Amino acid sequence: MFNAFIQVVRKELLGAFRQQSDILNPIWFFVIVVTLFPLGIGTDPALLARIAPGIIWVAALLAALLSFERLFKDDYIDGSLEQLMLAPHPLTWLVSAKIFAHWLLTGLPILLVSPLLAVFLSLEVNTFWALFLTLLIGTPILSLLGAIGVALTIGLRKGGVLLSLIMLPLSIPILIFSTMAIDAATYGQSYLGLLALLAAMLVAAVTLAPFAIAASLRVSVS
Amino acid sequence: MLQCKNLTCVREERILFNNLSFTLSAGEILHVEGPNGVGKTSLFRLLVGLSSPYAGEINWQQQSIMSDRESYYKTMLYIGHKSGIKPELTALENLQFYHDLYNPKVEFDAWEVLMLVGLVGYENVPTAQLSAGQQRRVALARMWFSDCKLWILDEPFTAIDKKGVKVIEDLLIQHAKKGGMVVLTTHQDLSIPTEFYKKLILHKPTTGEQYV
Repeated sequence: MFNAFIQVVRKELLGAFRQQSDILNPIWFFVIVVTLFPLGIGTDPALLARIAPGIIWVAALLAALLSFERLFKDDYIDGSLEQLMLAPHPLTWLVSAKIFAHWLLTGLPILLVSPLLAVFLSLEVNTFWALFLTLLIGTPILSLLGAIGVALTIGLRKGGVLLSLIMLPLSIPILIFSTMAIDAATYGQSYLGLLALLAAMLVAAVTLAPFAIAASLRVSVS
Repeated sequence: MLQCKNLTCVREERILFNNLSFTLSAGEILHVEGPNGVGKTSLFRLLVGLSSPYAGEINWQQQSIMSDRESYYKTMLYIGHKSGIKPELTALENLQFYHDLYNPKVEFDAWEVLMLVGLVGYENVPTAQLSAGQQRRVALARMWFSDCKLWILDEPFTAIDKKGVKVIEDLLIQHAKKGGMVVLTTHQDLSIPTEFYKKLILHKPTTGEQYV
């Protein structure tokens, strides 16, 4: 069964490296959106440090939204999704593998470029670590929630807008707790409790979302 | 044994077929025939469990196919209209994936399979760059390393040349001889010996019984 997980992840990564624009576009989008803010509102370090967490998190959310297109859509069009649903393994497990691969391709790069953006927005080290940790815990939740939305809208021709309508309200709690944690770090307070809450959301999402995704796929593809 | 009892399929409030029953036993090849739009692909999607019937039941080895999907899928190979082949991966990578995920127990020599389907020399080309017929061959190549008993093939011969059709027909007959079962649709005439061959002809319902 672990073999099946690895096979699916491997295939996803291989396909993504053949079509690099699919991975690079959301990252570019993320970096550009964040760098536009200093241009728009001026370069006052105090102001930037104040709004940086919000900017980075909203940009990450939008970049994630942009990347969901490739999560199941291509597979749906070329028939790989049908075949995945007919594989002799639990669909929830295979779907988890796909989302893990998706996070590796979209969430992880955001984490990797976040130090650069912290410098752009003159964040202090303590605040940056809080940002990094919330992104580390929060981006997998975004991938899992987004996958439910994608699975529900996959059969629709213009599912993009509906996807953001489903997905963005669901991600509000993550946004709130993440920015609260980062704010707490800025004022030198402990933010462990808020991180624990985020981690609890991640655990809930990891355990429950695959079932929702598998069920939605069965409905959408039939 | 695959058994369908009183299947009714409804699409967009229209009855495609009604009270369809048939059984398929080991060593039989079932050719489903009928005009376009009569519900062949819909029937196949019911048979593989991608959609559920409006009424009736489908049993595999006396068990409903929905009750234990995974063990049904261990013995069932479905090749649909959409090939399920990733265009950005090469033929070799696609086949390796299908082998490792679906039939990992079968001994598998990717090169031999590629040779049998006539794709040697194209193994490192992304399948998107192959011709329609060659892409179809990549999808069909899965039959050569499948240990599944039941093959469900939706229009397998689309875009395949005459020689290729012959090769696949021989493979189907071999599969039936070994006790396998095949359900397929095609608009071509098949030259399969009658002891294996069964035909199911679907008709459009008359206008009176078309609506639910």
